Amino acid sequence: MSASNPSKGVPLVEMRDISIQFGGVKAVDGVTIDLHPGEVVGLLGHNGAGKSTLIKILSGAYQANSGDILINGEKVDIRSPRDAKALGIETIYQTLALADNIDAPGNLFLGRELMTPYGTLDDDAMERATRDVMGRLNPNFRKIKEPVKNLSGGQRQSVAIARALHFNAKILIMDEPTAALGPQETRQVAELIKQLKKEGIGIFLISHDLHDVFDLSDRVSVMKNGKLVGTCNTSDVTKDEVLGMIILGKLPGEQSRQELESMH
Amino acid sequence: MTTAVETPGAARPQGARGLIDALEIDTRLLAMAAALVVIWVGLDLLTGGIFLTARNLWNLSVQTSVVGIMATGMVLVIVARHIDLSVGSVLGFVGMAMAVLQVEILPIGTSWNWLLSLVLGLVLGAAIGAFQGWWVAYRAVPAFIVTLGGLLIFRGLAWWITEGRTVAPMDPNFQLLGGGLDGSIGEFWSWVVGVLFIAAVVIKAFRTRQRRNRYNFPVRPLWAEALVLVVSVAVIVGFVQVMNSYYRPRTQIPQGIPIPVLILIVVAVGMSALTKVTKFGRYVFAIGGNPEAAELGGINVRKVTVMIFVMMGVLSAIAGAIQTARLNAGLNSTGSLLELSVIAAAVIGGTSLSGGVGTIAGAILGALIMQSLQSGMILLNISTPMQPVVIGLVLISAVWLDTVYQRRRR
Repeated sequence: MSASNPSKGVPLVEMRDISIQFGGVKAVDGVTIDLHPGEVVGLLGHNGAGKSTLIKILSGAYQANSGDILINGEKVDIRSPRDAKALGIETIYQTLALADNIDAPGNLFLGRELMTPYGTLDDDAMERATRDVMGRLNPNFRKIKEPVKNLSGGQRQSVAIARALHFNAKILIMDEPTAALGPQETRQVAELIKQLKKEGIGIFLISHDLHDVFDLSDRVSVMKNGKLVGTCNTSDVTKDEVLGMIILGKLPGEQSRQELESMH
Repeated sequence: MTTAVETPGAARPQGARGLIDALEIDTRLLAMAAALVVIWVGLDLLTGGIFLTARNLWNLSVQTSVVGIMATGMVLVIVARHIDLSVGSVLGFVGMAMAVLQVEILPIGTSWNWLLSLVLGLVLGAAIGAFQGWWVAYRAVPAFIVTLGGLLIFRGLAWWITEGRTVAPMDPNFQLLGGGLDGSIGEFWSWVVGVLFIAAVVIKAFRTRQRRNRYNFPVRPLWAEALVLVVSVAVIVGFVQVMNSYYRPRTQIPQGIPIPVLILIVVAVGMSALTKVTKFGRYVFAIGGNPEAAELGGINVRKVTVMIFVMMGVLSAIAGAIQTARLNAGLNSTGSLLELSVIAAAVIGGTSLSGGVGTIAGAILGALIMQSLQSGMILLNISTPMQPVVIGLVLISAVWLDTVYQRRRR
């Protein structure tokens, strides 16, 4: 089963035949995935399936041993998180990658601080920008000047998302975006994702839990043991069939009724 | 996406808590300042009024300067989740090197001798810091091990340079750095320094307020602003007054602020600014808070790490110059065990050994508390062997109190 987006032309991101190994173990083995503007692609698989590793290659944390990355059809070289950000790729990690001892503006601009003409940190400008973007995202947010360790899980998540938004992400990678959140906060993240889609941002949602991402995604790509099982339009498949891909590592057409039943 | 929604203008906590909130002062710093006051008053009562005399406080400030200067650097080292055990040895080695340069290599009696030896000493300190920082950052050897090695290496080298010989005397200009007989800036210049500080504090408060108002950010209440300013000005005036109340021996000429204390003040202001308004300072704290987040944010963690150790090396060299000038001699044992006082000062001053947390002001208060206890014990005739026992117990209880306090805040 091949899934394609006939309405879209050149993909926003294309990762072709990506492989990486750590000490002889192939964590990602010849995986090809793509993402179009305004599209949400769920990247699914068990813990250790290689999805986070794959995505860290796109965000610049790791370098692939082989394979190509294309942005808007052009081959790019991503050697560091800085390179990725320069290409409009923003990542929200499962751990949120926040420095707990620093306040929201400090985290929002970490590594990309605004400076005054005198070469000092422009805390006012950073605070203003943070109030702006947080106001859009989470109007009740008041703890601007507090270390983020004093914030709730949802508030921390919104700081991480705000960071991506402020820097005009074109490609957003969200690793387990709702894993740490309650039902209400999860709903808010879902709303946010729909809003970002409308703005033409392409989003990778990474999760080991199918239910977290199925309804939000246009397509799902499933990985198992470092390899791509396949990619499907969510409108063409059932949740059970995707579950089958995750657990059995087989495409829907190859799954037998018996195997599907044994999963339950 | 909030769980705990704060409504603006909702009831602030009442009582002491509300007062401290309004003042927006670090409660930890406030607690330390309070502890210092208690210790001072207590020691003054116990010594029958000897402790809080201009003479004793003047000496106390000079004695605090060496540890205080190094403690400001140790804060950054510990905040970034490292440690530096070598600072005492580096101080000794660099101090010795400056002494040898001054007395045995550069021509004696020239006007530039002391300055050149000082500058070369600072360069040596920076190089030592870079060496140790490189091992930590680029060779991933734990800082504890690298600087434990450094402790041995540089103590050994301090001995080796002159084969243990003491080198003396220092250039008279160089001696001023130690705050000896003439090593103070006198009454007039002390007031100039005081007035400059008051002006800086007032202008800064005013401009911060103006800026925050312009952007409609919340500001602290006017009465709180005024209270903080009044207290700051009182502390500055009080400090200058005390320094000017200690006279040169057998004269009525006020000493004023000792040069090493002036150096400490400059270092403290500079380091404080570094932590608050520069990228470098922000990165040090980010690394301490979450090294992975710092790396993902695109921060060059290794480079920052090397710079932290370079800074520590330079500060140790400055302290080495002051100590050598005070002793008026280069000795191979100068600064032995001082690393422990420096680390203790930083830790008593609220620097967390798990990284990410610490302030320059706290470290200086910590150094002052340690030195006050030490000096108080001497005045009280507590026997020499018992003095480190007391300091050790104070260190443990201070950190214990801090952890209790941190846990209760959650």
